Amino acid sequence: MAHFITSPAPHVHSGDSVRRNMALVILALMPAYIVSVIEFGCGALITAAIAVAACVLTEWLISRFMLKEQRQSIGDLSAVLTGLLLAFNLPSSIDWWIVVIGAIVAIGVGKMTFGGLGQNLFNPALVGRVFLLISFPAQMTTWPLPKGFETSYVDAETGATPLYFLKQIMKTGDTHLVDHLPSLRDALFGVMGGSLGEVAALALIIGGVFLICTRVITWHIPVSIIATVALFAWIATPAGMAPHTFIGYQLLSGGLMLGAFFMATDYVTSPMTAWGKIIFGVGIGLLMMVIRTWGAYPEGMSFAILIMNACVPLLNRFRPQRFGEKKK
Amino acid sequence: MKTFHIGGVHPHDNKQFSAHQAITECPLPKQAIIPLVQHIGAPAQAVVEVGAKVKVGEQLAKAGGFVSANIASPVSGTVTKIGDMTDAWGATVPAIFIDVEGDVWSPEIDRSPNLIHQCTLEPKQIIDKIAAAGIVGLGGACFPTHVKLLPPPGKKAEVLIVNGVECEPYLTCDHQLMMEHGEELIIGIQILKKALGVDRAIIGIENNKRDAIEHMTRLANAQLGIEVMPLQLKYPQGGEKQLIDACIGRQVPSGALPIEVGAVVDNVATLFAVYEAVQKNKPLISRVMTVTGKNVQRPGNYLVRFGTPIDEVIALAGGVPNHTGKVIGGGPMMGRAMDHTEGMPANKRLSGLLFLDEAECQRHEPENCIRCGKCVQACPMGLEPYLLHRLYELERWDEMEKHDVMDCIDCGCCVFTCPAHRPLLDGIRPGKAKVGAILRERAAAKAAEKK
Repeated sequence: MAHFITSPAPHVHSGDSVRRNMALVILALMPAYIVSVIEFGCGALITAAIAVAACVLTEWLISRFMLKEQRQSIGDLSAVLTGLLLAFNLPSSIDWWIVVIGAIVAIGVGKMTFGGLGQNLFNPALVGRVFLLISFPAQMTTWPLPKGFETSYVDAETGATPLYFLKQIMKTGDTHLVDHLPSLRDALFGVMGGSLGEVAALALIIGGVFLICTRVITWHIPVSIIATVALFAWIATPAGMAPHTFIGYQLLSGGLMLGAFFMATDYVTSPMTAWGKIIFGVGIGLLMMVIRTWGAYPEGMSFAILIMNACVPLLNRFRPQRFGEKKK
Repeated sequence: MKTFHIGGVHPHDNKQFSAHQAITECPLPKQAIIPLVQHIGAPAQAVVEVGAKVKVGEQLAKAGGFVSANIASPVSGTVTKIGDMTDAWGATVPAIFIDVEGDVWSPEIDRSPNLIHQCTLEPKQIIDKIAAAGIVGLGGACFPTHVKLLPPPGKKAEVLIVNGVECEPYLTCDHQLMMEHGEELIIGIQILKKALGVDRAIIGIENNKRDAIEHMTRLANAQLGIEVMPLQLKYPQGGEKQLIDACIGRQVPSGALPIEVGAVVDNVATLFAVYEAVQKNKPLISRVMTVTGKNVQRPGNYLVRFGTPIDEVIALAGGVPNHTGKVIGGGPMMGRAMDHTEGMPANKRLSGLLFLDEAECQRHEPENCIRCGKCVQACPMGLEPYLLHRLYELERWDEMEKHDVMDCIDCGCCVFTCPAHRPLLDGIRPGKAKVGAILRERAAAKAAEKK
């Protein structure tokens, strides 16, 4: 008698995989990365290569020798993605050994201590980045200026970003500082100082829309973050400045677009349900604007995401709309 | 174009193999094995004895309870044994064995091809005839049809929804039935409308069957109170609750029956059986089965008498293909993989046989859950499959109950969509069984307390 394979239904699969999702996110980061290489040259290439290599190696060493895992998780590309995202959050000119430390903290502390992929509470790349920001504040806030960048208004040594001036404008109400800002057009195309991968707002938006279209992520988190920031900025627009200009700078500078589309949407550290995601996004937008407006740092995206990461288990209590449940 | 409102997935429909293949009658077997469990509910009770001579259409067994169904003889011949058989999944089922002799039909059955449009019976008479004919839902659930037609006191049916969705990939038997027996279906619909006392019927058909939509629309336009509703392609649209939501925008509450929102749903194959039973006095003795798979030589739609060993149907389709990994009874989303085909008879439940080759059967190693939430997005009942699976692992039955595990319809969307290949249903299914047992215990204890 011929026996056949038996297993419970369903007997077909969508073909989706962890690796496919990670690969698509990496692909979606490429437009911004290309802009970055054009703007910052070799530094962007080297920093990213070191970050990726260090992340992958750290994960391999830990799972091979400390956890003694039989199956290696390197193939799922999540460590590659963490490395790339970490690099995107660093100045392109940063020393190589700082990058390595960031990678070790990101994977070692941020991911593997919790049990590897899927178990971590905080976004590993941001754990690495914030560790570096606190440990090496000078190096982490010295941004090289893009080639062809109008340098007349900033000290290239300290390399201030538009956010620095925005904060000064909000603090002092001196709207003449607006002159120090790059044009909104430059902000859109990434012709300004900043971390390696965060400057090219338009390229990041293209990548983000690609991820939504390919259903890797949903619209909930990016849209709620961007809407919250826009609303907050509209209300908080300093006197003497047009609201749309102020909103434009808030949206296009710093790590907002990178954070909204790529960091906050990290599967593991974001909520599972639609409403959970929306509240998560609103929380990030609010916290970030609070830090940008009143905090000690000019930028607050990393902190905002990490704080909201901690709320995810709570946000997962927001149930999805059950079938047949009366809408309230 | 309409569809249901929560979740759903888009598996490749793979209907190309057997679509548009004319319904072919499968020859009579030498021996027929008729299981007495071909429906949800209690097994039917045999009313014949060993040695009895039976004709096609004569009663073999009567319903063994309120939710149960009669079984008529699909063949003529001599009853040789009433005893246990082992089905393709290893379960032992009581069955009647008949040695087939000729093909002699019970005289009251009208075997002419003439369409009979008029039905002068009263609703009660129609329902009795359906019950006598042993008709069950042929969409897969096998719920006795006459029970659905008797709404509980205080409930009133408003609309009959006809399920022509056939959302399971690969299967094409309902599609072909609509193409070849559309007239009979329309009469069947009018009969059920009369039995239910409703003046509206909707035939839901997914958009991947455009010819069926056109054909049925043409037939329905000549009638009062029947409309065809083309639906967007999405699995599991053929689920009863999903189909009601898609067609009339009402969601059946948790734990309730469709009648709660005024709907009664029946599959097209069931309606064809209703036509034959009421107008032609022919009980349910056969059904159309799809035999398919990419390596099947003659994939198609076969009209098979119940009790025919499926090996004979398979032979008709060209035999078991080389390198077959799985033989699935039903479709790939909810069908059950058979261990073997020998001795397994065709029956009311079996809507198709799907052959998947070894490569198609590779189950990937599960990886860590990456909490992507895709199972939550896919679940058509709005549940959280990742959480239910975790709670199953932790044996937290009370939590599973609170997270509405009993609403799970086993559709498989969560497993289908999971990028980490986690076998979510393998935990949710037994968890649901466990919680169901706890709920029954609790209800029994409460009832005992009242006494």
